Amino acid sequence: MSIAYMHTILTLLPFYPLVSFLLLISFAKRLSWQLAASLSVGAMALSALSSFALVWQLSADLPVITTHLWQWFTLSSSEQINISFYLDGLAAVMICVVTGVGLLIHIFAAAYMKEDENFTRFMAYMNLFIVAMLMLVLADNLVLLYLGWEGVGLCSFLLIGFWYHEKANVLAARKAFIVTRVGDTAMAIGLFMIFKEIGQLTITDINESARVLWIAGDNQPYWIALLLLGGAVGKSAQLPLQIWLPDAMAGPTPVSALIHAATMVTAGVYLIARMHGIFLLAPEVMTYVAWLGALTLLLAGVAALAQSDIKRVLAYSTMSQIGYMMLSLGAGAFSAGVFHLMTHAFFKALLFLTAGAIILALHHQQDLFKMGGLLKRLPFEAVLFSIGLVCLIALPGSSGFFSKEAIIAQLFSSPTAGPLLWVCAIVGALLTSIYSCRLFFLAFMGSARFESPLQPSSSKLVKISLIVLAILSLVGGAFGTALEHGLSSVFVAAPMVEMVNDPTWLHAVAIATPFVGIVFSWFYFSKYREVSHSPLVENTSAVNQFAKQGLGFDRLYDWLLVKPYCTLAKVNRSDIFDQLMMLNAWYVTLWHEVLASSQNGKLRWYVAAIGLAALLLTLLLMLNVGEVSMEIS
Amino acid sequence: MSMTIVMCALLIAGILAWFAEKLRRHSARNIALMSVLVTSAYFAFAVFTSHSAVNYGQLQELVRVDWIESLHIEYALAVDYLSLVLVSLTLFLAVICILVSWHEIKEKAGFYYFNLLASIAGIIGVFTAVDMFLFFFFWEVMLLPMTALIAIWGHENKHFAAIKFFIFTQVSSLLMLVAIIAMAMLHAKQTGQLSFYYLDWQVLDLPVSLTQYLMLGFFIAFAVKLPSVPFHSWLPDAHTQAPTAGSVLLAGVLLKTGAYGLIRFVLQLFPDASANFAPFAATLGVLSILYGAKMAFAQQDFKRLVAYSSISHMGFVMLALFSFNAIAYQGAVLTLVAHGLSSAALFSLAGMIYSRIHSRNLADMGGFWQSAPRMGGFALAFAAAAFGLPGLANFVAEFLSLVGAFHVYPMLTILAALGLIGSAIYGMVLFQNSFQGSLRTPDNRQFKDLSIREFLVCSALISLLIVIGFYPSLVLVFFQTADLAQVKDVLEGATL
Repeated sequence: MSIAYMHTILTLLPFYPLVSFLLLISFAKRLSWQLAASLSVGAMALSALSSFALVWQLSADLPVITTHLWQWFTLSSSEQINISFYLDGLAAVMICVVTGVGLLIHIFAAAYMKEDENFTRFMAYMNLFIVAMLMLVLADNLVLLYLGWEGVGLCSFLLIGFWYHEKANVLAARKAFIVTRVGDTAMAIGLFMIFKEIGQLTITDINESARVLWIAGDNQPYWIALLLLGGAVGKSAQLPLQIWLPDAMAGPTPVSALIHAATMVTAGVYLIARMHGIFLLAPEVMTYVAWLGALTLLLAGVAALAQSDIKRVLAYSTMSQIGYMMLSLGAGAFSAGVFHLMTHAFFKALLFLTAGAIILALHHQQDLFKMGGLLKRLPFEAVLFSIGLVCLIALPGSSGFFSKEAIIAQLFSSPTAGPLLWVCAIVGALLTSIYSCRLFFLAFMGSARFESPLQPSSSKLVKISLIVLAILSLVGGAFGTALEHGLSSVFVAAPMVEMVNDPTWLHAVAIATPFVGIVFSWFYFSKYREVSHSPLVENTSAVNQFAKQGLGFDRLYDWLLVKPYCTLAKVNRSDIFDQLMMLNAWYVTLWHEVLASSQNGKLRWYVAAIGLAALLLTLLLMLNVGEVSMEIS
Repeated sequence: MSMTIVMCALLIAGILAWFAEKLRRHSARNIALMSVLVTSAYFAFAVFTSHSAVNYGQLQELVRVDWIESLHIEYALAVDYLSLVLVSLTLFLAVICILVSWHEIKEKAGFYYFNLLASIAGIIGVFTAVDMFLFFFFWEVMLLPMTALIAIWGHENKHFAAIKFFIFTQVSSLLMLVAIIAMAMLHAKQTGQLSFYYLDWQVLDLPVSLTQYLMLGFFIAFAVKLPSVPFHSWLPDAHTQAPTAGSVLLAGVLLKTGAYGLIRFVLQLFPDASANFAPFAATLGVLSILYGAKMAFAQQDFKRLVAYSSISHMGFVMLALFSFNAIAYQGAVLTLVAHGLSSAALFSLAGMIYSRIHSRNLADMGGFWQSAPRMGGFALAFAAAAFGLPGLANFVAEFLSLVGAFHVYPMLTILAALGLIGSAIYGMVLFQNSFQGSLRTPDNRQFKDLSIREFLVCSALISLLIVIGFYPSLVLVFFQTADLAQVKDVLEGATL
């Protein structure tokens, strides 16, 4: 294939879903289900095919494909901000995940949302989301990346609040948008700073110039990296901006799979990997990244243990898996982090979609304590869900195993991570296997705790997409070497972590940990898996409640930020500056009233006033005369 | 090209509309629309034909004749790209104003359109006058009909709002008048002749100790108009009480006269004094951004919320202008256009909602998206423009302003960037309270989707916002060569 063809394919890549979005949104309800579904899914299929074709062409001889659409605006004579796409190994992984997994989720969604009265609107938003996400990963400069970044935020907002009649969904959407916006603002300031210090915003130029301008440990890369990290933690739901993700589960399940598991929430990981040139110059920030990731994965693991809503368990699990990716980036193991991003996209999409199928079969029941015994009743879904969980726990042979091992193996001897973070990762793996087992036992084993008969979906579309995702989850580990190869040209500057000194017991521990978790859960959660006739009750201890609410961060922020801001707004609703200005008016009115009341038409008042004034004048005159005469004398 | 023709045509059409309405109902709006369209066409044609021959990078004198000879007051008009862009914005929004008034104005419609057109003529005069006395004259011409629009066709508290608007503007422009007269006298002192001519003033050589007071006279007048905290409090009342077209005109172009004044007179006549004053002005800008965003969030009234958001957006202009940075300057100019469109859009939307439920209170709204999906889509897009979503014009404008300002005032710019969070908060409140949730209207009135006329208004506005958002060169191309040099001169003057 000639290079000109590839340019055209790359240029058109985001426009198929865009055209589909425009058609869907303009014709809205006039389109039949068939037409709307084939339009949106067809556009996705085109994008996915183009992505695969492009990635196929990338090689050592042709590591990068770029294409220029038009000039957006000019910042200085030397720096133009263009609408241009830049496809290298990293972007290639991302477009494959976004369009590939995106296509499967679109297929699933077409069947899943069929009965919804706003089906076309839903598919339109999903398409728009893909457009924004592709912009984000293909951008050749940070401003275009920011466009995609905000665009996915808007789509996330629209899709979380898709069923906007419910007040709770509306609030969840608002929360997600505003919390991520806090991170975005940090990132925007980061961009201002980059432009001030380097005078460029094109990504490759920044990474190169930074290496020339600064040495590791300088002040400027430290602040820039920290600000970019702010954006990353917002989008990727990491500490301290993680609070929006569990609430975001208010959206329809395909949304949770696409946006809040497979693609958008990994944008923060992508950003850091993309800007690795800056991060490598700020080793302290790399350590912060690692620590934030580690703390998030532990926190989310603990919170996941206490959830009763199946989607919230998965949400916390997503948070904790992204914590692994962050940890990996912080340790300098960029390829491993991106590898985990990919495998996670496969198995987490599978988990969410299967959960969606289960929820639908149970008539929109999401409470784990009202499930149980589904292993026999929904065998297809149960098998697929187990595959997802096996990958999540990282049992040997699954895709999750390869990627997670790749991360854990590099932590111990990394200069920016170290043994302590390795321990965190191991504890996290233990937590992962425990909450996964708890989830499995509650949903699929034990006695059935639901009343109405099951209504499993018979749609072929659902089955196809789930099976393909399951296969990808199982064999996704095989992409590892190809990925490593493709990314090696991207992360040229990243130091190779030496693994020769690592004792072998490190690996043994890492591999054994999930099994320990499973054995532990087998006994500890025995009441969840055994069939019994006594009703199963949720643990309502204070500790459990605390963990269930995400370890109190919501309340903390409510108390620290939301309440003060609302109070301030409420107290000053009538605008203190206006009040001060109106004081003038009040003063004038007062004098007007006082003087007007003296004009009362009563003769005796006037006589008295004249007399008084005459007296006053005489007095003044006398005093003055006295002064004057004194001066003379 | 003759701007005089444009202004006279509008004024005459206004008078015509006033009388025609008495003879035949609904004739006024047709005359007004036709006249604006025809003058716009003339204006576009004139600019287009003269564009290649004349360099609008510098002020190009159009006309200069004696007006009051004894005082050397002249009738002098001149335009450069800044004026041309702002006049185009004015004419475009004039069409929008007439279209949103179409069914809204039922009483005294003739006089209404006269006032509307007179005000627009005055605004165009402000953007083109280069004799300072003439400028002041136009400044008043645009003010009086505007006050009438609020006082006669406004909402429940219209008299109060009109008087407040009038007094604020009058008091502040009094300071400007004093400064104008003082400048003319100074010119007489230096050259022996009175002059109100702008270009004459530019060559005057005045000590900073003196110019800083004169600069303040102008600055306060324009800061009130912009408006900037703490002089902003006329705006929420005026916007809220004005009829829809009044709000559109106020937010869309009247505020821009303040910014125009800052650029044309404060920055260019008193570069040194402004440079000294810049840190203070930039702080006021940041204060406006944050305070406006915070106040917008607190509002219950749809129009009041948008009004406070305007204060917040104009803060970006103030910050960007007083950064004396070429990039920030582009950002400021683009903000004028972008905010002109986006605030006009939101106020039009407020008018459309008001015509359906007769309320501006957010508590009376909710779930409109369900019965009016098209309107909901537009509302979302307009709110997104207000909170600076990339891809719409406001984003590029704010981004350029902040990138430029960061070079000069890093700390202030970081604070200003917090306005991005504030705008997301009020944008969410505005959109979600009205269009999401369960359907709620006062006494369960039916909520209709957009009519064709309304659809036209909304789509015209959104297309411009998107086009400028993705291709801002449309506006910025005019400000990359000439004015940058001027800003640079100012900057160098400050450092010397």
